[in-house]
Amino acid sequence: MADTNSKQPKSSSRREFLKNSGIALGGLVVGGVLGGSLFGSKKAEVEKVVEKSVNYNQALMFFNQEQFQLTEAACERIFPQDEHGPGAKELGVAFYIDHQLASPWGINAKDYMTGPFYPGEPTQGMQTSLKRAEIFTLGLQGLADYSKKKYNKRFTDLTEAEQDETLKVFEAGKEYQLAGTSTTGFFSLLRSMTIEGVYADPMYGGNKDMQGWKMRNYPGNQMSFAKDIEKDEFMKIEPKSLHDHMGH
Amino acid sequence: MSKKLPKVPVVIVGMGWAGGIIASELTKAGVKVVGLERGKGRSTSDYYMAHDELRYALRYEMMQDLSKETVTFRNNEKMRALPMRTYGSFLLGDGLGGAGSHWNGQYGRFLPYDFEIRSKTIERYGEKKIPKGMTIQDWGITYDELEPYFDKYEKMAGISGEAEQNPMVGKRSNPFPTPPMKVTPGMKMFMDAAKKLNYHPYIIPSANLSEMYKNPDGIERAACQYCAFCERFGCEYGAKADPVVTVIPVAEKTGNLDLRTHSNVTKILHDGKKATGVVYVNTITGEEIEQPADLVVMTSYVLNNVRLLLTSKLGKPYDPASGKGVIGKNYAYQVNSGKAVGFFDDKEFNTFMGAGALGAEISDFNGDNFDHSNLNFLHGAGIRFTQTGARPIATNPVPKGTPSWGKDFKQQSLKYANSTLTLASQGASLPWQHHYLDLDPTYKDAYGTPLLRITFDWEDQDRELNKYLAERAGEIMKEMNPTKMEVSKEMKSYNITPYQSTHNTGGVIMGADPSTSAVNSYLQMWDAENVFVVGASAFAHNGGYNPTATVGALSYRAAEGILKYIKQGGSLV
Repeated sequence: MADTNSKQPKSSSRREFLKNSGIALGGLVVGGVLGGSLFGSKKAEVEKVVEKSVNYNQALMFFNQEQFQLTEAACERIFPQDEHGPGAKELGVAFYIDHQLASPWGINAKDYMTGPFYPGEPTQGMQTSLKRAEIFTLGLQGLADYSKKKYNKRFTDLTEAEQDETLKVFEAGKEYQLAGTSTTGFFSLLRSMTIEGVYADPMYGGNKDMQGWKMRNYPGNQMSFAKDIEKDEFMKIEPKSLHDHMGH
Repeated sequence: MSKKLPKVPVVIVGMGWAGGIIASELTKAGVKVVGLERGKGRSTSDYYMAHDELRYALRYEMMQDLSKETVTFRNNEKMRALPMRTYGSFLLGDGLGGAGSHWNGQYGRFLPYDFEIRSKTIERYGEKKIPKGMTIQDWGITYDELEPYFDKYEKMAGISGEAEQNPMVGKRSNPFPTPPMKVTPGMKMFMDAAKKLNYHPYIIPSANLSEMYKNPDGIERAACQYCAFCERFGCEYGAKADPVVTVIPVAEKTGNLDLRTHSNVTKILHDGKKATGVVYVNTITGEEIEQPADLVVMTSYVLNNVRLLLTSKLGKPYDPASGKGVIGKNYAYQVNSGKAVGFFDDKEFNTFMGAGALGAEISDFNGDNFDHSNLNFLHGAGIRFTQTGARPIATNPVPKGTPSWGKDFKQQSLKYANSTLTLASQGASLPWQHHYLDLDPTYKDAYGTPLLRITFDWEDQDRELNKYLAERAGEIMKEMNPTKMEVSKEMKSYNITPYQSTHNTGGVIMGADPSTSAVNSYLQMWDAENVFVVGASAFAHNGGYNPTATVGALSYRAAEGILKYIKQGGSLV
């Protein structure tokens, strides 16, 4: 497989890269990159000593301990650890979900949440007055209750097969009902947020060390593929996160 | 009580492509213009962290805040319309540049057939070919008349495309100003396969610059870096043509543009014959402001152009029972669900690289480029392979039968992450008497104004078109020799949940007859000569291409009309 790092513009060559791409030429150039904000100042390009440090991002903004453990166990079944690499738990997906539920998205800040509310047809989309954080909380309680009822155990103590069976019941939405919301609505949130947590930029709390990206050879945040876009061979490129822009 | 400002010559409502182009043309000619934009200002420096799939693609960073304003939707009149509470089927732009900032940059002129669809259909197949209830009509302008304005837009934006004239699309007076985009292995496979089947593939014309370009206004922009963050994102290089990096700075440089952001227009003021100005809310201070003007140009998104006319009681509202009236008529969308997906077990492609308008297409099955005598539908679609950047949250293709989560999902989605190519069709959506836009009787926006209500569904026309095009796409995919392939051609009811296309059209359509259209060929309102309503709202139906080319051309045409009107007054046709 072809190499590749060498073919990507590195921080040290970014000025050169800008020149080559024509951005830094004169005239009425409108690209805001000229201001330098995108690439920082020169002294920034000095390599930093990487200190081993605590990940202060790994604490809870929304969940209590039990909710966190439930989420961690459930999302691991959505995207399990296997021979290809880490699962959702190791990737920090439960932290990602916690942080998202505490965010404006968790309280539907940019959604139309004005009544009256009617169930509507499936073609009309989500019509609940409940917010995502509320649906998720109710869904977790549902997982706990269902496990207790069906297996007389906590969800986190079920075997993987039992956990999968439970999640399938929630996905199908027939056998078990939640008050005020549907298990399918909760499951679909769980599923989509797990995938997001695996693959969103690591600054959001998941995709630990870009391992989600590495598993599928996704290079993350790269400035340019102009030199490689026509190539036939598959390029394995060391991924970069958005943090890369801050290192200067 | 609103504050009343001194009268100005021209006020523009909405500063996206249409507003930006008109502002630029008017201010260059020395006309003083007030540009009202309800969202915030923007510049390329805002895109410092733009390579963020979650924030931009899934949390809709660049889009309108639906908590303040959305639309309601129902499939038919028997249903109760309910609000689109969260984004799905289409995305509503917001802020300076509007949808012109978050688009992909795919550029395709509508076909000569589109502008004269009714006449040409009757000419070739007879009137009986048009099903009862289908309200296709000519646009009141021909392709040849519009050609110089397409050309103008292309030079302004620096559209990148093949020098050679493709035989399946309208004749060009000039070559594209910049060469075509680069060709990826996937594009080459598609074009080779299409050629083998005797079709006429071409590289999709692109508003992502293939090379550095200086336009006639002196605006110089950098070349596209194929970074794979285009649609739903802003371009940090300014390589993607966007009003903010093309026409708006030109207008500002003249000193004749008074650009006011955070200014949400709530009403067009008029005396029944002419507009006298607009009322807007400063969304920062909450203050209501009246801006009198000699001329009002409406250039907000399709849906808002319609809503503002209806709430301002300007123009005759459309009545679906009689088919009379015009505001809200001929709402159309696009038929995009015909697809052929190829899984290549032994190949890997760099599909994580890409550009918004990187791809290849055939127009052999678009418009009336093929014989419809024995087909149960009119018009057609482009079949295309695009490489816009396969980002990992949203792109997880797996073969049918694979569960959507768990061990198998993980395995298959990783296996095919870089080994899948998709051919998609982008099909025309033709209007019907019972598809329309009006005001919702129940739901309101943050200012207490009724929301716009969409009544729309797929018809057999759409299902047949989709099926036929998906089959053709399947044949091409087969030539590309995948390990396995899937063709999706089924269409049920229109569903507002999954993303399909931000190509909504109609509602203030253009035409030659005031009884069946709202604006003339200069986008001037028949019912108010000093109001111009510009954008895809003027499309009498939706074609099988991305709409921006035609929106751009119509905007230049309208700008010319407005300058003429300022000199001579009266109806321009």
